[in-house]
Amino acid sequence: MNFNNLNQLYRSVIMDHYKNPRNKGVIEDGTLTVDMNNPTCGDRIRLTLNVVDDVVEDVKFEGEGCSISMASASMMTEAITGQKLDKALSMGDEFSKMMLGEDYDITDDMGDIEALAGVNQFPARIKCATLSWKALEKGVKESDSE
Amino acid sequence: MNAIDIRKDFPILDQKVNGKDLIYFDTSATSQTPAKVIEAMNDYYREYNSNVHRGVHTLGTKATDGYEQTRMKVKNFINAKRYEEIVFTRGTTAAINLVARSFGDMIVGADDEIVVTEMEHHANIVPWQQLARRTGAKLVFIPMEADGTITLESVESVVSERTKIVAITHVSNVLGTINDIKEIAKIAHRNDAYISVDGAQAVPHMTVDVQDLDVDFYAFSGHKMLGPTGIGVLYGKSELLDKMEPIEYGGDMIDFVDLRESTWTDLPVKFEAGTPMIAEAIGLSAAIDYITEIGPEAILDYEQELVNYAYGRMSEIEGIEIYGPKERAGLITFNLDGVHPHDLATALDTEGIAVRAGHHCAQPLMKWLDVSSTARASFYVYNTREEIDEFIESLKRTKEFFSYEF
Repeated sequence: MNFNNLNQLYRSVIMDHYKNPRNKGVIEDGTLTVDMNNPTCGDRIRLTLNVVDDVVEDVKFEGEGCSISMASASMMTEAITGQKLDKALSMGDEFSKMMLGEDYDITDDMGDIEALAGVNQFPARIKCATLSWKALEKGVKESDSE
Repeated sequence: MNAIDIRKDFPILDQKVNGKDLIYFDTSATSQTPAKVIEAMNDYYREYNSNVHRGVHTLGTKATDGYEQTRMKVKNFINAKRYEEIVFTRGTTAAINLVARSFGDMIVGADDEIVVTEMEHHANIVPWQQLARRTGAKLVFIPMEADGTITLESVESVVSERTKIVAITHVSNVLGTINDIKEIAKIAHRNDAYISVDGAQAVPHMTVDVQDLDVDFYAFSGHKMLGPTGIGVLYGKSELLDKMEPIEYGGDMIDFVDLRESTWTDLPVKFEAGTPMIAEAIGLSAAIDYITEIGPEAILDYEQELVNYAYGRMSEIEGIEIYGPKERAGLITFNLDGVHPHDLATALDTEGIAVRAGHHCAQPLMKWLDVSSTARASFYVYNTREEIDEFIESLKRTKEFFSYEF
């Protein structure tokens, strides 16, 4: 069995988030709802957030997708809960850098998101990992322009 | 037909991917290219690269001959009646768009119906949706059976005197369903409708005779039949092509240009504005030679042998779901319980096996199947039973890997 690379990609913490997703669902009276698709593969995600005074009080996700995209969404919800929106967005920037193999600044208080670092060895899967972060960015942008 | 010998003609297959011998099971997306096709294009660029239909110099004449001889070869390959009926396009997508735009806009009106199926590739749905939007016509779908086939009774029930065009695929790129185009064409014609066929998944794998099928339009791509990307073919009956207006204008396609108006040249160049895909046409010619040498019947037989073997072996795997009918073209679309198709494709890739994962440009069909995406293994002349055995073992390992409690 030659799945060493696979083990690096699908680390147990990732599979744990995939099989036991955190913050799965919808916040019925959330302040922000955003949908995002990955048209190349059919993955889709819906984020609902409750943002009070620029702080993410609560966030949930639902969607369909591979283990990487769903685990990443689960990790993201943990990372950004209780954070200021601009901090949440900058985490997304650091996450993107990590995906691109650039220097990044991810700290322990951001939960498990660094477990996805191995995805940068699988270029075809980077979009899976960044889907939820892109959705967050899109949602914040849209609410700013309203 | 000997796949082991054939493999030697495909330099790309002789490589390791992630430390394992490459197993290429993604021909339905694009086929691999034999050395003879690469060399034909190489020779063109090294020896006679020149524009066509223009200069009187030697290289220009040679390039024009190469380009136009390909047209003659395509005509013979699909048994078109006339040379003028072969229009070169960028690919199947461009060919279907040409029919929908030029022919569609000419004959479809607000009270008419355009008939398609739910098994179509986006390339054979979206152009017709847009035609319906432009004209106010209604888009109607032929219902599918539970196994992903279409019965002639269903076709009869949908096609009527309101129908102007039936647009249908010859072979489904997801289900592998082979549609009975000859009979469907008869039904269309009995109702005074026209039939336009997406042949991208058929021409590379079986004998296609457009006169015998009696289709009005038939589109296919070079890169799925051992040729290069960037070239495709639209076959159209000459009496229809003759009446159609071009949708692109420019060099080559004109007869006479005045400051304020112009006239068009004759078929088929009327539909080929600008410098065409010369190297690609020359590559396509070599690809047709290659297929002809093996023989389309031998190709079909061999693929049937492979797909039946793969179907049997895959069916043994617990938790696998295979979509589409048992009788099928050389591809198998499936899902493995508990493993998302992208994870599956990544796992297989780490073992050098290339399969497609996703919606296969057929989102309405995914909806019909009630899945968000699927994995697909597709076979061609260079694949072997031994590769299928490797694939089966890898599938089993993948299933085991993802069934761990992490």
